[in-house]
Formats: sequence, structure tokens, C-alpha cells
Amino acid sequence: MPKNELIGGSLWEAYSKKVAARMDNPVNRGELTEEDARKLGGRLVVADHGAESCGDAVRLYWVVDDKTNVIKAARFKSFGCGTAIASSDMMADLCVGRTVAEAAKITNIDVERALRDEPGTPAVPPQKMHCSVMAYDVIKKAVALYQGVDLSSLETETIVCECGRVSLGTIVDAIRLNDLKTVADITHYTKAGGFCKSCIAPGGHEKRHHYLVDILRDTRAAMEKDNLHKRMETEEFASMTMVRKLKAVEKVFAEQLRPMLAADGGDVELVDLKEAGGAWEVYIQYRGACMGCPSAGTNTLSAIEAVLRQRLGEAIKVVAS
Amino acid sequence: MERIYLDNNATTIVDPMVKQAMEPYWCDKYGNPNSLHSFGTEVHPDLRVAMNRLYQGLGAAEDDDILITSCATESNNAVLKGVYFDLIKNGEKNHIVTTTVEHPCVANTCRFLEQQGVKVTYLPVNQDARVEAEAVRRAITEKTALVSVMWANNETGVVFPVREIAQACRERGVLFHTDAVQAVGKMRVDLRVVPADFLSVSAHKFHGPKGVGALFVRRGLKLPPLLHGGEQMSGKRAGTLNVAGIVGMGLAMELANDSLEFEEREVRRLRDKLEDGLARLADVMVVGRRELRVPNTLFISVRGVEGEALLWDLNKNGIAASTGSACASESLEANPIITAIGAGAELSHTGIRLSLSRFTTEAEIDATIRTFTQAVGRLRAISASY
Repeated sequence: MPKNELIGGSLWEAYSKKVAARMDNPVNRGELTEEDARKLGGRLVVADHGAESCGDAVRLYWVVDDKTNVIKAARFKSFGCGTAIASSDMMADLCVGRTVAEAAKITNIDVERALRDEPGTPAVPPQKMHCSVMAYDVIKKAVALYQGVDLSSLETETIVCECGRVSLGTIVDAIRLNDLKTVADITHYTKAGGFCKSCIAPGGHEKRHHYLVDILRDTRAAMEKDNLHKRMETEEFASMTMVRKLKAVEKVFAEQLRPMLAADGGDVELVDLKEAGGAWEVYIQYRGACMGCPSAGTNTLSAIEAVLRQRLGEAIKVVAS
Repeated sequence: MERIYLDNNATTIVDPMVKQAMEPYWCDKYGNPNSLHSFGTEVHPDLRVAMNRLYQGLGAAEDDDILITSCATESNNAVLKGVYFDLIKNGEKNHIVTTTVEHPCVANTCRFLEQQGVKVTYLPVNQDARVEAEAVRRAITEKTALVSVMWANNETGVVFPVREIAQACRERGVLFHTDAVQAVGKMRVDLRVVPADFLSVSAHKFHGPKGVGALFVRRGLKLPPLLHGGEQMSGKRAGTLNVAGIVGMGLAMELANDSLEFEEREVRRLRDKLEDGLARLADVMVVGRRELRVPNTLFISVRGVEGEALLWDLNKNGIAASTGSACASESLEANPIITAIGAGAELSHTGIRLSLSRFTTEAEIDATIRTFTQAVGRLRAISASY
């Protein structure tokens, strides 16, 4: 554990000077009115996000030029801790001069980066990222309002970690590709769960739809299942249990043999499986066009045997009954 | 900038007289009291004086034990874990009754004991932010080993009916522990009046030094030690005696008890003045009725203003207070006490605690009312919800 964390309580010390300055004097605080919009020659957009009972609520005001879609002015109001005020103020700065489409791309991370004193030092401690930086959500709402579209049409992927904007797909891929086994691993690889920690497990700061513990468990279970299938395919036919042998043979029937015969209107069924002098005898019964076909006892039989041997090993003999 | 300290429920200034009394034990009388030689024995009379002050201050009898610990956290751990080892792990009982608003050193120790298989009942507070004796009485079962209820709550200052609870426990033959950390120095804590079996205190909450606390254990009760080691404190709490700390705590307790009349009259007057001054703001709410609270504490919720933001503005103006707001905690979890009061979800983000001491001045209170009012004005102008 880092030495300084043992003493703790350094929340405020971890705020950048820019954060502190904007907490003390948020230059973009306040409202924009229809009157302001008219003077600036644009359209007023007012978007709300959050609620006081959640601990944070922010209202974003834009005046947007209807012809160019450029945001000419931005203001905010915020119920929230000092960092929420500071980041809302920075968010308003970042909106001005951009088109609505460009603003739609502003994320919490962009706001946080803009508040840094040094490029490599975070502007707020990790656990404050969530409750203080809500730029993404409120901007998305403003965009939807301005464009007159449904908010959900702007969301293209499922976000698990709101603070770090990490999607479900990214997390599942990281677990699979890197064989991650713990939530700490996920945080290390993707940053998900490294901020307010709400998305790690139920019972955190905020209720979430997806939790890392569940995603990890489900993905690991799916990986386990895949591995089992893979193992089954590569396992020696001879060392399989009787049930697995039957399943393996049936799988070849379903995947290769029956489609192969079906092309000529024929079909085949597995009847039995017996050990005979170190080899395995596969008893088959022809159906459809195969019945009475002259090659059924010669070429077709050899072809079936060849396929089974290729898939399951040489010690296989096919007997037509 | 003159700073104003209104966070006396977190810790207090050491009384200069206490500091002076502790002075000889660093470089002069530095002997180990367990040594046989004169360096060790010369501190014994001073320790006896300090112990007498503690016994007298708490109304303990000669054959009760007051064990010196490192803090109230240790005292509370010693009781809960001691009862677990003595009565639960190797005995018939398996149940502890406590409240949802205990300090983390009780709450988290109970949670740890739950992992060991102990059943714990957490009693919620009512609208007065109190747990009534009747609720405790109803929660006690045949299997209950211990009831642990704080004397006064650290966030709200609300005093719990510990006398009735102690009597209820006695009637049912259940041990009773009370964390009196927030009561000592603010009101009379007398074990002759409140028949508790265990009681925890911490010196730094009543103008004594940090790093020293005490645990009262009523006569005849055996409590396995939390710290095993040497024979200090009759083997009941090992570790070299914190001589300066004990001397400081003893004097601090005497001074605190001597100041109780002042506390009740003058500190209460200033607290009430502060409360009335802030209540002039619209849409504020104070938790806990005045007559139910210790004289020094005020817990106020300001609608539309998040607690940490208000704390920031106060601090900017040199005023130290505290907030239960989730945004100000490392974990971002809402303060369980605020949640437990059940006064609406907003409160868990807007509560501010101001706690005075006998060193607080009228000028400080006047300045605080002004600064607080300005800060609320500024933040409400920014607020999206007000």
C-alpha cells in the first residue's frame, strides 16, 4: 500500500489547482435565457441530468447557431460537490465554439484532462471521477434535445463504467484475450472500476445495470465452456468414456456425414458402437436414397469410414447393417 | 486568517494545562513504571493520581477496572471481541444487539463478528434520531450476550437513553456496553447512575492527548485481553504504560467534569445562538431536538447545497466543520448515520456538522453565522436544484 494512503484523508489535496480555482470561481455559472439566445442569434437548449437525492444534478444551457450548429454560449448550474462545480464549469468552456456534433464527443475524461495542472497528474482523485464529472450524460441530453432525437439513439454501446466510459464489449474482450481472473485485473487492463467503484459490485455508490463481478463470472463461465468443447474435440477417441464416444461419433454424423449424403437424397443413422479386437466398430443404417444404392456397400462406406477416421482416429471400422 | 475550529466531535485542542502536566514525562520522568528502580517507581504516584481522577470522573468503584487503552477504537474492540471469545465462541450465546448508528469501530467490529457466525441485530433510530430502551428490550433474546449502544451520537449529538437501556439489560441478565466517547466532557457520565458493564472513552475528545483511551469493566466481569503480552494492567491489557497519556487523560477528565456547568450553560448558549442564526436561512433542517442533544453539537441540512461544497467554502474562510456527505468520503458511500435517520435521501448529501467546545468564543460563532450564510448564498446561486 502506498505510504501516503496509510495516513489517508487527502481528498482535497488531490484536487488540481485548476479544479480549486474553478470551485472558487466558476466563470460559466448561471443561466442563459430566450432573451440571450435571441441576442446571440441562436436557439436555446436546456438539458438536465441527475437529481439532488443522487448527490449530483447538473443543468446545461447552450445557445446554438441554427445554421452552423456551432455552440455560441454555454452556462451551467450544479448541485454537487466542489469538483462537480469545477468540472461543469470546464465542460461549458469545452462546448463553446464547437459544433453540436463535435460537442457530442466530449467525454468526462476530456473534461478531467482539461482540468489537469500537469498532463500526467489526474485533476481529481479516482473516486471523485463519477460524482463530479457528468459532462458526457448532460451533453448527450443537450444534443438529443437540439437534434430532436431520442436519447437512446445516440447511445451506440453498453457502458459499464460511466466514469471511464468503458463498454461491456471492451471488458469481455479484455477478460478473454488476457485470461483475466480478478476484478482488479479488469481495472488494471481497462480502467473500469477504477474510479467511483459503483460498477464493481452491487451496493456501491450508485446502482448499475452491469457489474464487473457478474461480467467476470459469466465470461469466465463461457470461457470454461468453450475450453471444454475444445478439449472434447482434441481428446483421444480411445480414452473417451462410452457416452463421450457416442456423442463424438454422432457429432461427426450431424456435422459431416448426413449433409454429405443428403446432397444425393440419402441419409444415415448411427445404430451401435462396439469394441472388437482393439478397434471400434461403428454400426450404421442407410436411409433414403442410400438404401439399395449400389455404392452403399463400397465407395460410400469407405467415404464414411474415411471421414470418421480423420475426425476420431484410425481405429475405426464402419459396418453397414 | 484567523481560523475557527468547529469540529470538536472529531478531535479537540489539548487543554494547555493538560499539555503542561504531560511535559515531565518525555525527558525527565521517562522511566517504565514496570521497572523496579527509581526511574520506574518515581512515576507511580503521578499515575495513581491520574487513575484516581479517571475513577472519580466516571463514578467507578475501587474494585471496578479502568483499563488504559490506545483509543476508544481499541476499547470497543476489546469489549466486542472479548465477549465473543468468552461467551459466544466457547459458550451458549450467539447474539449481539447494537444500533445502525454506532461509530465504525463498533459497526465494523460487529460485521467482523458476523463473519465468525455471531448474529447481530442493528436497531434503527426513530424520528428523534434515537434508539429507545423499549426497542432494545424487544431485541434481547435468550441467546443475547451483549448490548452495545452509544451514549451520544457523534454526528447528531443526540443522547441515547443509556440508563434505561442499562437497566433493561440488567433485568434480562445481558451485558451492556456503551461507547461514551461523545458524552464525556459534554455531560455527566456517571457509572453509579448508568449501570453499564463496559464503557469506552477517548482522551482526545475532551481536550486530552491523542493515542490514549480507557475501558471501564465492572467488577467481577472477566474479559479476555485484546492485547496479550506483559503484566501491565494486571495482564488485562498488555503494553508499556503510556505515562504521559495517562497523566494527560486523567487531568483532562477532571477539567472536563469541572467544566460541565460551563458546558451546559455557555457552550449550549453559543450552540443555540449558532443554530438560531443558521435557522434564519430558508429551507434548512436541524436533526434531533435540542433538549435531546449534548450541548455542543449541531447537525444541519441545507437544501440545494451539497455538503462537501459547503465545507470547501467554510474551509476557504478558515472554518473547520464536518460533513456526512457521501461525496466527502473516500468510499463515496453515504454516511450510515445520515441514511439511518431516514429524513430523505437529500440529507445524505447536504448534512453539515458543527461541534463546539469550551474554547469556542462568541465572536467565532458570530463570524461563522456570517460566513455560513454567505457560502449558502453563493452555492445556492450555482445550484441546479435550488
